[in-house]
Amino acid sequence: MKSTVAALAAGLLFGTGLGLSGMTQPLRVIAFLDVAGAWDPSLMFVMLGAIGVHFLLARSIRRRERPLLDTRFHLPSATRVDGALIAGAAVFGIGWGLGGFCPGPAIVSLGSGSLSAFVFVGAMALGMVIAQVVRIPKRASVEAEGGEGLSRVALSRE
Amino acid sequence: MNVIASYGVSLLGGALIGLSASLALLTHGRAAGISGLFGGLFLPGYDARSFRLAFVVGLVAAGLVLSVVYPAAFATGVRSLFVVGAAGLLVGFGTRLGGGCTSGHGVCGLSRLSGRSMVATATFMGTGMVTVFVVRHLLGGGR
Repeated sequence: MKSTVAALAAGLLFGTGLGLSGMTQPLRVIAFLDVAGAWDPSLMFVMLGAIGVHFLLARSIRRRERPLLDTRFHLPSATRVDGALIAGAAVFGIGWGLGGFCPGPAIVSLGSGSLSAFVFVGAMALGMVIAQVVRIPKRASVEAEGGEGLSRVALSRE
Repeated sequence: MNVIASYGVSLLGGALIGLSASLALLTHGRAAGISGLFGGLFLPGYDARSFRLAFVVGLVAAGLVLSVVYPAAFATGVRSLFVVGAAGLLVGFGTRLGGGCTSGHGVCGLSRLSGRSMVATATFMGTGMVTVFVVRHLLGGGR
């Protein structure tokens, strides 16, 4: 129960942050990526705010023995930069530039009833299933760095 | 809203994202990478389904509330549904292959100074910029 409430609160906070930040407006995201046009730098400030806060807080949180509601940390352990990482990130970037949506903002936009968001999230789920099928031989390197991926193989601390 | 104020609101939104990622780490010991959280809801081999479900429900609920109190957060889409669908497919495939998205690599990974996340973030920002350049300036599509 406590665990569900905490996860729900974190999701609410994250979604509110995305909505305020401008990330749920595909036009602004595309304007941010449009360095050769009328560049809108505002999304730099989103990264600045998010990383600034998380960098400082995560340092002290990770010094703890364990998290409050779990027995251990589930952070990614992979360190190797491989082809899958680069190819995957490259494909993600193309889709991001094409639609102006990345996963979080698209999911938040479901709440606004936007048809685009429903089409995007449905297609995204399909793309994830395809990636899973294509990469049947699971290697530890699939382990998501930040995206936490196959957390059952994650080590307790990096 | 003037430009400086809009930067301030973006900074505040970012700070809330950083707080949320810190809360997830403090309580559950997990990175708030949305593509992984979402994919782990229905793909085989993932744990903590109730954590994932509650987090995703929180995201959608935030969208519901915002669409009432701050509808400008959801200015309408720019692309045809066909393009949006293609974009979604690429984003889903790419984020699972590359193990993260803007939140997992871009926020959580960079905050941990992860080398993999630095490479991934530079890569998706790069291909995103090239894609927008091609679509807007070479093909003349969209705004």
